[in-house]
Amino acid sequence: MNILEVKNLHVSVGGKKILKGVSLKIEAGETTVIMGPNGSGKSTLSNVLMGHPAYQVDSGQIIFNGRDITASKPEERAALGLFLTWQQPREIAGLDLFPFLFDSHKALRAARRKTVPTVFAFKKKLDKEIANLHIQEDWSQRYLNQGFSGGEKKKAEMLQLALSDPRLAIFDEIDSGLDVDALKVVGQAMARFKTEKKSILVVTHYLRILKYLKPDKVIVMAKGRVAASGGPELALRLEKEGFAGLTGKDKD
Amino acid sequence: MILELENNKLEAGEKEAPAEAHDSMWDSYNQSAYMSGTRVGLDEELVRFISHEKREPAWMLEKRLASLKIYHDTPLPKWGPDLSRLDLDKITYYARATDKQSQTWDDVPEDIKATFNKLGIPQAEQEALAGVGAQYESTVIYHSLKEQFKKQGVIFEDLDVALKKHEALVKKYFMAAVPPSLHKFAALHGAVWSGGTFLYIPKGVKVDLPLQAYFRMNAKGMGQFEHTLIVVEEGAQAHYIEGCSAPRYGVDSLHAGCVEVFVAPGARFRYSSVESWSKDAYNLNTKRALVQKDAHMEWVGGNFGSNVTMLYPCSVLMGEHATADHLGVAFANRGQIQDTGAKVIHLAPNTSSNIVMKSISKNGGRAIYRGLVEIGPAAENAAANIKCDALILDPESASDTIPLIKIKNPSAVLAHEASAGKLNEDDIFYLRSRGLDENTASAMIVNGFIEPIVKELPLEYAVEMNRMVELEMENSVG
Repeated sequence: MNILEVKNLHVSVGGKKILKGVSLKIEAGETTVIMGPNGSGKSTLSNVLMGHPAYQVDSGQIIFNGRDITASKPEERAALGLFLTWQQPREIAGLDLFPFLFDSHKALRAARRKTVPTVFAFKKKLDKEIANLHIQEDWSQRYLNQGFSGGEKKKAEMLQLALSDPRLAIFDEIDSGLDVDALKVVGQAMARFKTEKKSILVVTHYLRILKYLKPDKVIVMAKGRVAASGGPELALRLEKEGFAGLTGKDKD
Repeated sequence: MILELENNKLEAGEKEAPAEAHDSMWDSYNQSAYMSGTRVGLDEELVRFISHEKREPAWMLEKRLASLKIYHDTPLPKWGPDLSRLDLDKITYYARATDKQSQTWDDVPEDIKATFNKLGIPQAEQEALAGVGAQYESTVIYHSLKEQFKKQGVIFEDLDVALKKHEALVKKYFMAAVPPSLHKFAALHGAVWSGGTFLYIPKGVKVDLPLQAYFRMNAKGMGQFEHTLIVVEEGAQAHYIEGCSAPRYGVDSLHAGCVEVFVAPGARFRYSSVESWSKDAYNLNTKRALVQKDAHMEWVGGNFGSNVTMLYPCSVLMGEHATADHLGVAFANRGQIQDTGAKVIHLAPNTSSNIVMKSISKNGGRAIYRGLVEIGPAAENAAANIKCDALILDPESASDTIPLIKIKNPSAVLAHEASAGKLNEDDIFYLRSRGLDENTASAMIVNGFIEPIVKELPLEYAVEMNRMVELEMENSVG
């Protein structure tokens, strides 16, 4: 069964066409990797899947878990079980992390018609996830991403992923800005997420994150289209030949 | 010139011979118009009536009459928001507390009731805030606090009561920081003031808990012309908080209150207020602190509601090493003008001040920062920091910054920083991608923007202020 199906998606931003007919399918419970050079449209695809209002869908469809979400609001997609980790998470000045995490959790639970936890139950859950991610304890006293290092921001994204409990997680350049230690913590968290029979879409420029996560399927994008797709062996070929070898004229 | 620096004369203009006031004159007077609160307009008769009703000493009546003369002789300010729609002849200047209570809950407008409910304010308190029914009941905590204050020599009274029980103290300070000659509305206030608070912190006494207006016995609902008089003696410390985020429902549409604070050498005082008047009101308050040697004054304020607000709390740094902090938030929504800011007058060497103002404008609202920092000739090595940030939520709305700086001593160090911005689309999308709807996401960002100021408020006020922002942010779509 497909958790996500993208049908002939055309997307533009500010009148400029970025995606020119993207079609792909992601099997439930599988790990799919989308790779591609800069400007291939892979980050645009992540944003469009989550419903960024700046991107205009000119034609095509996004089917998530059997439901057409092409016109759905971002918060509706989140409630349905879609989660996007950001390449550069936003810094929100003055927004305390703890109440934000709690409000977000409550909103998602309520939208999914699940019981909303008390603040104490939530704190317990939060503490567990914080320990899993090797996060210093006073984190929840800080403002959302404000003054966080690159690694701290990505750990905060992984923390929100765990609390949000989605069906499909899209990791957009999760490894950018991470040192080796932070990469390991984040990679292990991704692997943990995978063991919960979740679907994963990794959007990445580099292969290093795949050390922690074996892909079931690899899709290569170039110039706003899918240029190639295949199994894990495609990632190995990419490693040897680079994008140019797979996408013809494209140079990275 | 934007904010005219008045001379610091403490008198209320020329003295006027007190007119003979015979009780019989009032006995025959038709009081029914006052009683029903329908008597509009202002003249000497009304001023005499107020003073008589309150059984005030002769000097207070003199002060009122002198103020009235200044009021008649003073034109409206030539700067700032347009006040031409304010018809001063149609205002009810005095209404007895009993008149307010004669209103019923049914008379309170629906939108105000709805806001009370959304803020989760208990019914009894709602009625007190709306000026109807029973006053907010004093609580057990109030009684124990009152005992504690008494032991420390703290005086915390209704100003009318203080005028009788502590006449010499009140006479010494009343309108000594805000002279009626300051501007037209200070003069108006001097003539018709009624109700208010007297707070006296004796030498060396430190009060840890914030003192709140509703701790006062028989606290009345805030009046239109209430006077807050605060004296903090040498080395004393206190924090006073006034107001409430719930909209105040006044009898009439003009509010010209006055706050005076006297901070003695080495004392520290913080005055916090959250004001939210009904949407048709003109809120023209005057707030001023005289800060002596080594003393520190803090103003923390939030302004919501009103049609037009003009409010520039002022600190006069009179003694060496005196310091002042001014923190403020203003939210201008549809049809509203928030013309707010700060005024600091450095008169002594080594004085310093810090001004941080944040404004939000939405649905065509206008938020204006207007400020004056003046460094007097004697203020050697004075330092002032001014920072204004404006958040403009849509293209219809606007924000202005009008900082006026007057330096008469070349050793002064001043820094001014201003920013204006709108909500970032990516920030909103980021929060929405975590399951929060657009209004909630926007309100969170706006609350984050004002957080540096809100965090200075006691928790219950901070919570209310955040909820107030959420309410103002509602219906932002469409």
